[in-house]
Parts: sequence; C-alpha cells; structure tokens
Amino acid sequence: MRWRDTVRTATEAVRTHRLRSALTMLGILIGITAVILTVGLGNGAKADVRDQINELGTNILVVSPGSTTDSDGLRGGFGSASTLTTQDAAALASADNAPDVQAVAAVTSSSVSLVNGDTNWTTTIMGTTPSWQEVRSREVTSGRFIDQDDVDDAALVVVLGPDTADELFDGGNAVGQTVTYDGTSLEVIGVLEELSSSEQTSNNDLAIVPESTYAERLVGGSDRNSVSSIYVKASSEGALSAAYQEADATLLNLHGITSADDADFSIATQESILTAASSVDKTMTVMLGGIAVISLLVGGIGVMNIMLVSVTERIREIGLRKAIGARPRNIRRQFLVEASVLGLAGGLLGVLLGIVGAVLLPRFADARVILSVPASLLAIAMAIGIGVVFGVYPASRAARLAPIDALRNE
Amino acid sequence: MSAVLELHDVTKVYAAGELEVKALAGVTLDIHEGEMVAVIGPSGSGKSTLMHILGCLDVPTAGTFRLAGEDVSELDEDRLADLRNRHIGFVFQQFNLLAYLPAWRNVELPLVYAGVEPHERHERALAALGQVGLANRAEHKPGELSGGQQQRVAIARALVTEPALILADEPTGNLDSTSTGEVLDLLDALHRSGRTVVLITHEADVADRAQRVIQIRDGLVWQEPDHAVA
Ligand SMILES: Nc1ncnc2c1ncn2[C@@H]1O[C@H](COP(=O)(O)OP(=O)(O)OP(=O)(O)O)[C@@H](O)[C@H]1O
Ligand SMILES: [Mg+2]
Repeated sequence: MRWRDTVRTATEAVRTHRLRSALTMLGILIGITAVILTVGLGNGAKADVRDQINELGTNILVVSPGSTTDSDGLRGGFGSASTLTTQDAAALASADNAPDVQAVAAVTSSSVSLVNGDTNWTTTIMGTTPSWQEVRSREVTSGRFIDQDDVDDAALVVVLGPDTADELFDGGNAVGQTVTYDGTSLEVIGVLEELSSSEQTSNNDLAIVPESTYAERLVGGSDRNSVSSIYVKASSEGALSAAYQEADATLLNLHGITSADDADFSIATQESILTAASSVDKTMTVMLGGIAVISLLVGGIGVMNIMLVSVTERIREIGLRKAIGARPRNIRRQFLVEASVLGLAGGLLGVLLGIVGAVLLPRFADARVILSVPASLLAIAMAIGIGVVFGVYPASRAARLAPIDALRNE
Repeated sequence: MSAVLELHDVTKVYAAGELEVKALAGVTLDIHEGEMVAVIGPSGSGKSTLMHILGCLDVPTAGTFRLAGEDVSELDEDRLADLRNRHIGFVFQQFNLLAYLPAWRNVELPLVYAGVEPHERHERALAALGQVGLANRAEHKPGELSGGQQQRVAIARALVTEPALILADEPTGNLDSTSTGEVLDLLDALHRSGRTVVLITHEADVADRAQRVIQIRDGLVWQEPDHAVA
C-alpha cells in the first residue's frame, strides 16, 4: 500500500467522523494553547524584569537591608526593622570613604493613595534626596525637582511622575496645584520627564517627596532614619567594582561588622540582579512548563480514548479491509496516521489560538506575552508526537483483529 | 483438472465459554479449478465456517487446508493478506461496503492494498462496475443504491483484482428474485470466464445453477448428489 493512500484513508476517517475528531482535537488544542501561552507569558515576564533591571543603569549599585548568604540568592533582613539608615547614605556620599562614588540617593517608599478633588490614584510614594535625580538620570519637564531646602524644611512638596500627573490632573497642568495624601496637602512643584522606552509603568507612575517630609509628616515609621534602599552611582562604569568595594567596606565599618559573612546589608549590581532574576525565571518556567505538559498529557489520553472507541466502532470496517487484503501493518499505519493527523490539526489550531490569545490577553490583563517560534514549532511536533505515542496502542489493537470479525460483528 | 482447494479432515471448534461448538467435524473435500460449486445445508450446519476457511479468513482447529497446493497453516499474516488480496474475491451476504465511500472507491479498495497506482485503479474500478452493469452509478454512495445494486458493487469489488477464486456466502440472501437473478447471472459469467466459484445458498434454484452441490449437515459433508446441469 502506498503512503499516499494510507494518509488519504486516515484523513477520510477523520473527516467522516467530524464531531468525534473535533472533540479529540479540542483536547490537544487546549494543551498546545496552554504551552504557547505559558511560554509566552514566561518570556514576557522575563523581558519585563530584564527591562526593569536594565533601566537601573550599568553603573548603579543598590544597597538593600538584609544579607546575602550566597551569590545566587538574596535573603531578607533580620526581623522587620531596616538595617539601613540615612547615616549610611551620608557615609557613602563622603568622598573620603568612597572616592569612586559620584552620587548617593537613599529611598524609602510605600504604596499610597493620592487625591485631587474627586480623583483618586494609587501610586508609589518615595522619600528621597535631591541627588535621586542625578543617580537615576531623570529630567524634569515642568517645574523643578526637590532641593536641599525642601529637605531641611520637610516641605510639603511633591514631584510627580508623568503618568501620575496625567491621572490626577486629567492631562492638565499639575505644577502649582495640590494633591492630598491622608489629609495632608502637598504642592506639586514638578513633573518628571516621561521614560518613553520603558515598559515599566513604575518609572512613570510615582510621587517623590523629600525624605524628611516622608518620614516626619507623611508615612513615618518606628525608625525615622531607616531607608528601604540606597542607590549608589559610581563615577563611571569602569569604577563600579571599586565603588562596590568602597561601599562594602564603609558600611561594614559603620555597622561594626568584622566579617563580611555577617553583613546586615547586601549590595547588588545590575548583573547580580539579572542573575538572581533569571534563576527565578527558571523556576517559573519549570512550573508553567509542568502545567502545560500535564494538560498535553490529558489531551494525549483523550486521543488514545477516542482512538480505542474508534477501533471498536470500526471492527467491521477493519475486518473487511483485512478480508480484501490489508496487511496488519496497513491497518496499524492507518490508525497511527489518523491519530497523528488529529494531533497535527489540534496542534496547528492550538498555535493559532495561542497567537490569538497572545494578542488579546494584554488588552484585558496587565500581562506581556512574547511568542516564541521555536516553542510553537516544538509544540506542534509534540502534538504529532502525542498523536503517535497515544495512537500506538489502539492502532496495534486494530491491526491484530481477525478479519472474520467483519462478518460476525454487528 | 487439479484441485485448487483441498481440505483434509478439517475441524473447527469454537469455544463459547464452557461450551465447545464443533462447527466443522472433519471435512474432506477437493474443489477443482474452474468448478462452480454450491454449498447447501440447514442453518448452523457450518457452511459459513467452511467458507471462511476456504477464504483464508479463519484457520482450521485441526486438519489441513491446501490452497493451490500450499498448506495455509504455514503462511504468516502478511502472506495470507496477500493471498486474499490477489487470489480470492469474497462476496458477503451483508455486502460489507464502506458507507462513506462512493461505489467506485469501494471497488478499487483491493487494488489500494495491492499497491496499484491511482490512475489505473480508477480505470479498473470503472471497468469492473461496467461488468456488473453499474457504470453510471460509480459516484453513488452505497446508501443511494438498492440492495441488488449494492451486491453488484460488492461483486465488482470481488472481481476487480481478477482473482482465480470467487467465494460468495449467501450473496442473494438479502435480495428479491429479480436481483437474485442478476447476481447469479454475474456469478455464472465469472464461472464461464474460467474462475472457480463457490457459493453458499439456501435456495434450491440457486443451487441448480451449479455444476456440483455439496451438502453440509452438522459440520460434515453429508452427501454429494450427482447433480444434473439444467
Ligand atoms: N464465533 C463463533 N463462536 C462460537 N460459535 C460459533 C461462532 N461462529 C459460528 N459458531 C457456531 O458454529 C456453528 C456453524 O456456524 P456457521 O455460521 O458456519 O453456520 P451456517 O451454516 O453458515 O448457518 P447459516 O445458514 O445460518 O448462515 C453454529 O452452531 C454457530 O453457532
Ligand atoms: Mg452462514
């Protein structure tokens, strides 16, 4: 028997039993769509994290409370009290301690609701110093950034991110207006320039107040000197490692710690954060992949089930084909090809649905989906493979049937 | 004339649960090339069982069956399939056509398994349909044909490979007298063209057409009456 005829026979069987074929494909289709979308979501999340980290800049160090025990993971601080303070930031800014450090900005932040009249907007409020602008390389489009006087006076002023200003003032001019936080009025003195390349909304949606204002008049806290993190800008990309050493030594000294292993803070670079993030990515990919594989397995069992039903239902046809000269292998191949055609069709439709999902999903949810061509091809190959693997048993059962069943089976 | 079909003390036992059914109880029989043989006998006597063994669709429990001199029990599944494909044409009482294929696709089916090229298959299928008088029904599905027409399609399928042996198990059992006549005429014609034809029947007038009548009772060849050809 020619291969072309085997394929034709198999596809005819698929077309003849439309509903059954469609339901079988549905199982595969869902599995493949799940694979495409989970891989796509995983890639999207990875890209988000990478963008965020890349926007940090290559000459930035981030000092966080808590310690690192090994190079590939960050460990949280001891208890809830932050071990970093404004004094630490001041020490790092001193040219004597850290000559390779150009600028330092301590940041304390929390998520709050800002109000303008009837408009209410939840954003991240950060208490910091004027040096933040230099460290993060951000421009102000209208008005001005906070200055030292604002810090000294704990002035009730705020600089808004461009998105935040848009949301609160409906696209109108924000500078000179006031916003209210928890009953306290803050004067908007400036709006940051939009970071257009950014995929991260957090860069364009934020509110900056002087650190003193944050600690004394707005959010407060048990320890008014403690900060969430300290951004350190090295004088150049080449000076990053020197700045790292200096910052490390300065803080160890200041905290009276003799062994680096006991450090109550950690310093991360863009690179080290990327490494840590990619290990998180891996875990996520494995988890999502596991879910996708399980759904494919379920689809495969569906194929096997339907093929077995199909064999039972078509005993007469199989018997007749054998009676007129089909060899066992002809029958086996017919059912195998049938199963793979179902797998292939389900796979193609699944990829199609995955693409549709990738287009629609970001419109309804805050998710970025990056489709991967190799993953899609692999998914289709997997769909065919599932058809073949789960078709083998029903096919060999069909091939073993005695021809005389054509005449006896009703 | 040499014997194409030789059965020697063939038995066939079906085990139905505890019970053993001896469908054939020791049949010894020769059928010669070019003969037209009618097998008659009461229901349950083992006619179909005999036919299945002659058609290599089933194997004897004991005894030997030689087809064209070859002991069938020594052939593997593939060889048996090829044998059925090339040398035997089977006509069933229930037609056994595939409902989703048009008539000519049903007829070409044995050629598909013979590996014949599609164009030739089409031509030969149409020629076979012409032979049974259904050239104009090639594109019709079985459901669109009468019982008699369906059986003629089935005969076309049996003869498309030009087999030496035609086996028909009550081919007219489901047909009225007109259709029966048509079908028997076709089998007659096949016999006259030199083929060996074995047919099972219940009806005496059908048996009348055969050169030779074999009567089966309780799994045994009861008698072979000398049959005068009308
Ligand atoms: N698969 C089977 N399992 C068990 N017993 C069977 C099987 N096939 C046939 N038999 C038994 O074997 C005996 C012969 O059956 P067979 O079909 O050969 O009869 P038959 O002569 O063709 O009858 P009919 O004229 O009714 O078609 C019967 O008693 C039947 O019940
Ligand atoms: Mg019978």
